[in-house]
Amino acid sequence: MSVQNQRIARESGRKPALSIDGLIKEFKPSRSFREANPHLLTDRGTVQAVRGISLDVYPGEVVVLLGANGAGKTTTLSCAQGLQPADGGTLQLLGENPWGASPELRAQVGIMLQDGGLPQAIHPIELLKHIAKMYKNPASVDDLVQRLGINEFNGTTIRRLSGGQKQRVALAAALVGNPKVLFLDEPSAGLDPQSRTVVFDIIREQRERGVAIVLTTHLLDDAQRLADYVYIVKRGENVTEGTVAQLLQETNEQAHTVSFTAASAISLQDFPAHLRDSVTLTQDAPGQYSLTGELTPEHLNALTTLFVSQGIMPSSFTLASRTLEDVFLDISGRDIR
Amino acid sequence: MSNFAASPSSRIIAQGVYETKAMLKNGEQLMLLIAFPLMALVALRYTGILDSWAHAHNVERFDVAVPGVLALCVMSTALSGQGIATGFDRRYGVLRFLSTTPLGRGGLMAGKVLAVVMVMIVQFVIILVTALLLGWSPNITGLFMSIPTLLLGAAAFTSLGLLIAGTVRAEATLAIVNMAWVILAGVGGVLIPSSYLPAFLEWIPNVLPSGALGEALRAELMLTRFELLPHIILLLWTLVVGAIALKKFKWSA
Repeated sequence: MSVQNQRIARESGRKPALSIDGLIKEFKPSRSFREANPHLLTDRGTVQAVRGISLDVYPGEVVVLLGANGAGKTTTLSCAQGLQPADGGTLQLLGENPWGASPELRAQVGIMLQDGGLPQAIHPIELLKHIAKMYKNPASVDDLVQRLGINEFNGTTIRRLSGGQKQRVALAAALVGNPKVLFLDEPSAGLDPQSRTVVFDIIREQRERGVAIVLTTHLLDDAQRLADYVYIVKRGENVTEGTVAQLLQETNEQAHTVSFTAASAISLQDFPAHLRDSVTLTQDAPGQYSLTGELTPEHLNALTTLFVSQGIMPSSFTLASRTLEDVFLDISGRDIR
Repeated sequence: MSNFAASPSSRIIAQGVYETKAMLKNGEQLMLLIAFPLMALVALRYTGILDSWAHAHNVERFDVAVPGVLALCVMSTALSGQGIATGFDRRYGVLRFLSTTPLGRGGLMAGKVLAVVMVMIVQFVIILVTALLLGWSPNITGLFMSIPTLLLGAAAFTSLGLLIAGTVRAEATLAIVNMAWVILAGVGGVLIPSSYLPAFLEWIPNVLPSGALGEALRAELMLTRFELLPHIILLLWTLVVGAIALKKFKWSA
């Protein structure tokens, strides 16, 4: 399905819970920044951190926003959360402008901020019970506490919790109001594997309930596991979007890699001529090979036939497809900027 | 009719109670809010520091001391207590987070003001009971007269505390409000009337919120007299500083 078709399928008569159209956000740089980067300045002497980002999030889907550090993800989200006004473009959160939103709108939006935003000198359950008082029909604090294992460390003030424990409290704080829209900034950062599994289960449950979820992460493995739809942004602009499958398909060079370890020497010449064109065989280390390219079942057949004819039993043999991480690095560049 | 958010009053009361508990649970805050004013009360009761003013107005030493200690309580809670709490909340992103809940920015500020008033009530009960036990005979009319003055003083110092907390780093807020507390408590006309100063310096404490609050409260509780000028000074501080705070307050660190 093309991006256009996918869009139509997503939209299919529904209204997005969050719609951002051509968002622009500027900031006033310091003098030293202005002097070092004159080419980035607008006529007014400002810098555009977000230069026309658009995205939609529909009820019951997890939308992942990907971008390198400084790409404009957090700024975009903080405009959508009503923490900053936009300098251009339109934002609609459940049909309202999030900047200066009513308490009634805020009650339908749950936010997990990157830095947590939790007071330090209080015990987790006391905090959650306090936040629950802001809502008419809050979720059960006891259930959330149980689910996220917060009771294990409730005797400790938030100041003394580990990073992963704080993350769990921040997630509970975002969920306590039974939101319709959920913003999760790096929800799995610093979590142990057990907590991560629980957090993923909770995110999937919220999706089942019809909650619109916006998630940012740098862990592309997590993004690949959770995302219904992905937007990739770079330098304050949209670069590409689609389902994970689409993104993997549309940038399909080097679609697969077979890695194997064999004691005897192998070369591409051992393959039938018509299978040599679209692939490369590299020896990464003595006896360790990678066959990379647009692999077909025929390639696998040829490889195993080779093993049979030369009496090779490979000590390892792995087929891997391209991951979202490969796509992301290709699109947003492999260099650190 | 709201379907999702709790009512505005219950949100603000919840935040007020929460912040009151937070202030009263913090050891350092308790020193500032309760212990130091009590120490000041006892010291002024058993030393002759205020005797010259007491003789001049033909009242007891304690009658000069109690209004000053109440003014000190207002300063401790509104300037130092709420200033420090807000400064650290801002640093840890708590202001940002709470402003995204149904409480919102307005509710958060209203909750903070409510907490100041509630902590002041706790302080006043402790101070007044202690003063009574130590032999103070209260001026009931003066006590009722002082209630609006105390609230106005709280407004002026809360504006000042929030301005500092909302514009400089948390550590700087801590340093500034504690320094201000020490200086104003000592020579700001709170506990000791400004007339101890040479005549040409006497006006300085009187135009500060500390001296204005001390003067107004002493006039009411010692002499059952309403002084207009210190009230105008407190109102001006509230309006001017409050307006600057509204404009300059930054919600995130």
